[in-house]
Amino acid sequence: MTIEIRNIEKRFGKFAAVNDVSLKVERGELVALLGPSGSGKTTLLRVIAGLEFPDAGQVLFDGEDAGDRDVARRRVGFVFQHYALFRHMTVFENVAFGLRVMSRAKRPPENVIAEKVTSLLRLVQLEPMAARYPSQLSGGQRQRIALARALAIEPRVLLLDEPFGALDAKVRKELRRWLRGLHDEMGFTSLFVTHDQEEALELADRVVVMNQGKIEQIGTPQEVYDTPATPFVYEFLGNVNRVACTIVNGRVNLWGSDFAVEVAESGQREGFAYLRPHDIELGGEGARAHAQVRHVSSTGPIARVELAFDGLATPIEAELSRQRLEQLALRPGQQVPVLARSARIFAAGAGV
Amino acid sequence: MSAPRRRNSIGAGPGMRAALIGVSLLFMAVFLVLPLLSVFTEALRGGFGKYFAAILDADAIAALRLTLLVALIAVPLNMVFGVAASWAIAKFDFWGKSLLITLIDLPFSVSPVISGLIYVLLFGAQGLLGPWLQAHDIQVIFAVPGIVLATVFVTFPFVARELIPLMQEQGTEAEEAARSLGANGWQMFTRVTLPNIKWGLLYGVLLCNARAMGEFGAVSVVSGHIRGLTTTMPLHVEILYNEYNFIAAFAVASLLAFLALVTLVVKSALEWGDRQNPDEVRVAGATL
Repeated sequence: MTIEIRNIEKRFGKFAAVNDVSLKVERGELVALLGPSGSGKTTLLRVIAGLEFPDAGQVLFDGEDAGDRDVARRRVGFVFQHYALFRHMTVFENVAFGLRVMSRAKRPPENVIAEKVTSLLRLVQLEPMAARYPSQLSGGQRQRIALARALAIEPRVLLLDEPFGALDAKVRKELRRWLRGLHDEMGFTSLFVTHDQEEALELADRVVVMNQGKIEQIGTPQEVYDTPATPFVYEFLGNVNRVACTIVNGRVNLWGSDFAVEVAESGQREGFAYLRPHDIELGGEGARAHAQVRHVSSTGPIARVELAFDGLATPIEAELSRQRLEQLALRPGQQVPVLARSARIFAAGAGV
Repeated sequence: MSAPRRRNSIGAGPGMRAALIGVSLLFMAVFLVLPLLSVFTEALRGGFGKYFAAILDADAIAALRLTLLVALIAVPLNMVFGVAASWAIAKFDFWGKSLLITLIDLPFSVSPVISGLIYVLLFGAQGLLGPWLQAHDIQVIFAVPGIVLATVFVTFPFVARELIPLMQEQGTEAEEAARSLGANGWQMFTRVTLPNIKWGLLYGVLLCNARAMGEFGAVSVVSGHIRGLTTTMPLHVEILYNEYNFIAAFAVASLLAFLALVTLVVKSALEWGDRQNPDEVRVAGATL
């Protein structure tokens, strides 16, 4: 099952929650919609599910327009952020709900329902919990029941809204791995919303980075992390240093190193250089700039060094291995040679 | 711990606690229990014979029957309206929503006498619709329809007031989940929404019922006080009292008080049942 959305627009009053967004999810793909709160990612997911109707644009499942079908007839498995389990029903009845509300002609007989629910509970490893109520389950268990309930109607696509948002860190990691395994095993087409970049990068085949109702970048986790398309993606994914610079004929000199702007223009203009903390080399040969060490923190295998440059108001953060730090024996107040290994330049005003 | 053992977390000592409990109990005794007891003692002053004679009097029976009939019409009507209005207010955004919320409270803020008067002005002989009703030989004021209308108006807010905060708190996620699993609107309402609001709904219906049976002011204005025809129990009590027939007045009053007590018992039973539902198990489970 492929999902294709074309030029979707959704407004709430004057506010455009989703603004002219197009996207195609291939069969069997696991795609993350990543963005800060208010970026329109959940609205987009709800539009695909049929829980919201777009003001413009199309949603196609396998190339077929789903626009006139509401959520009840789209056969999408939707897992809600807070699970939305039915509090007054047992776990068994929750999972059976989608089968029980089928029209008389389609509804399976009671023994088939029982069989199916039991096998789904086994799939989510919660078979012994069948007689419990949702309030008697832990967060991670509720999450899995919500998933089993969504799977009961044999959905064509699986849509998950912040599936791990309300869980603690350890459970989140476990469930993440488990969901990835389930996805691969069952061959779903899945789309999930998250504001957690680590989650998106680790779990998804492709990541769609959203901001202010628009897509900033679509790519594999590697692509969006290594070559962010916009300053926003740079800032949103991982740590980054932003240094004001002057672009002269499409080139920038940063701490003695020369960098090219992708789209070169002649003349001079202001810009910003983005560089990851691990792209800054300290104490290397051939460095032509120096900075003062402000602070060193070395818990864990990666050490962080805060640097102060003359004329720069905000400190620059560099990362290096603990071993390298010990070699250099950096102390606060010390001057250290600095080299920018790689950096990306954006002209001022380009969404910065 | 150095803190005195008998003090609780907000620093109230045993003296303070005793004083607070004492004041509440005294207040309850003087203003609630004493009047209630006096109703029953006054009613039984002439012995059980006179008591039952007063209750089994034809006019008293008619008043009881009318009271139950009015409640039987007004309560289901306001139940349907209350659920519909709460649903609309809690789950949708629409133009005029805050106006509707304000209007639902109107019967609470307006004196019941005014409520009755509104119907007289609308349906009375000199009223807005009076000539038309007379031409079609329909009697609203000084008849049962007027009493029902006034009661419906006065008891309008009970169910909605109970349900709106409850439904707002519950949100729409469960309903959306039901829809996404293929349920149609009716299945969603009966299988998900209704079970989630049932305690609040029953509580609202009980309060609505208590008021419907006990309403005096609004009903008094539209009733016309025709004995055996348009007097509900509260009105019948007043008539008997004004005739210095104290034993009969208190006997009928005791019947009304008894109905109120039954309502309270049912309400407490419901609250007890509510405490037994699985939602509370979580609280117990969390402390394990």
